[in-house]
Amino acid sequence: MTTLRYAYYPGCSGLGTSKEYDMSTRAVCEALGMELIDITDWSCCGSSPAHTVDDRLAGALSARNLVQAGDIEGVDAIITPCPSCLANLKTARHRLQKPEFRAEVNKLLERPVHGDILPVKSVLQAIVEDVGMEELRYRVRTPLKGMSIAPYYGCIMNRPPKIMEFDSHENPMALDNILEALGATVAPFNLKVECCGASFGVARRDIVERLSGKLLNLAAENNAQAMVTACPLCQMNLDARQNQINVANSTNHVMPIFYFTQLIGLALGFSQSQMGLEKLVVSPRELLAGAAG
Amino acid sequence: MHVINLSKTRDQEFISRVEQESGQNLSLCYQCGNCTAGCPVTFVYDIPVHQIVRLCQAGQKDAVLGCHSLWLCASCQSCTTRCPNSIDVAHIMDTLRHMARRDGYATEYGVKSFTDSFLESVERHGRAFELGLMMLYTMKTGKFWTDVDLAPAMLAKGKLGFKPHPVQNKEAISKIFKRFREEFAQ
Ligand code: SF4
Ligand code: SF4
Repeated sequence: MTTLRYAYYPGCSGLGTSKEYDMSTRAVCEALGMELIDITDWSCCGSSPAHTVDDRLAGALSARNLVQAGDIEGVDAIITPCPSCLANLKTARHRLQKPEFRAEVNKLLERPVHGDILPVKSVLQAIVEDVGMEELRYRVRTPLKGMSIAPYYGCIMNRPPKIMEFDSHENPMALDNILEALGATVAPFNLKVECCGASFGVARRDIVERLSGKLLNLAAENNAQAMVTACPLCQMNLDARQNQINVANSTNHVMPIFYFTQLIGLALGFSQSQMGLEKLVVSPRELLAGAAG
Repeated sequence: MHVINLSKTRDQEFISRVEQESGQNLSLCYQCGNCTAGCPVTFVYDIPVHQIVRLCQAGQKDAVLGCHSLWLCASCQSCTTRCPNSIDVAHIMDTLRHMARRDGYATEYGVKSFTDSFLESVERHGRAFELGLMMLYTMKTGKFWTDVDLAPAMLAKGKLGFKPHPVQNKEAISKIFKRFREEFAQ
């Protein structure tokens, strides 16, 4: 198989709250024949706050990374695991096609944007489109038999469709198809693209408790044993805040929240610690022991 | 009920500014309410999103820039995706937040402080530093970090570093902020 090469944008949360997402992404990509080359001295894309302050500031914070990715030889795309980084990089790339916007952003940059910018995709999209489900199925060593998992995409992975250009924006199927390829059972889940409360956990926790609470309730009602996400913020709200949510809503969920790359890794035969499973706040140990036994 | 006198307070310049900065044509909105129907945070909004668009059409600067909703929008893009007239409603919300900031309206101080702390952290280190950001937030709001209950687990799992992971060329990022203030900020 030919190796696929990508410029990799890890994103700030991969250094902290979503270390296990970064770890499992790197391991799984390597195993699937995808070579990741980190963008040299990458910096924050502005995350969710920057675009609420100014479009040009947000554009420049993303553009610095787009320019540096252009230095990498022999790659056709930039990929990132985080949907928020993805949305920022893609929106900046989209807006930078306009000469007036490009000129204003270039006033802020040490190295201005010239010419074409590499396309940007999520790691999820690259696995679905470039590796493909057939190849993934073929590489599964230990299928996730007997595990019922709710696929939760979060709000911005596929929206707005004009910019994100991947999967369906109302009923995405990428995670469903991956779960199926890994041998797991896909739990019905019709809040796939609902918002978890985003970055309001700190300033307005009531919002996260209500919105993420709704997601956990539905997953439990549909007999999911776990949920799978592709977003560090969704994962953090559902996992690390699960106890806060339980207290606020008088529920008692004990629902493991996996990153999709962790599940792929387990099915490919990586160990639990190679996938950073001990970093999840709600432990999946019991669930995995049950599935193995 | 809150009554607004439309003829007395119509601000034409505000209408043009919103249209120009967001790149959207406000008059395309026919108030179908689709945006509001899919908005996940309507339950905390003082003005629902379709009414914000209506108030923009009517040039109601004070009512719009002074509302809480602007700060509570989660940028989920549901409104943009579902508008039958392809109005980028989420970009209008973003634009209004930019204006509210510049014009000194900040009705959700906690949300504004979180944004400011985040960007200060990026300006300093080039990347977001979570623990440092929480310390800045605590200093700004005077509220002790409301998430202390999360800290022990996050520290034990190595997810909350005590030190930032700065980029090598930190100046390149702090200069983006500096030039931004010089070029574009009021
Ligand atoms: S969905 Fe579009 S047309 Fe309908 S009320 Fe909202 S902005 Fe107006
Ligand atoms: S982007 Fe904001 S206004 Fe639009 S639906 Fe989402 S939260 Fe509501």
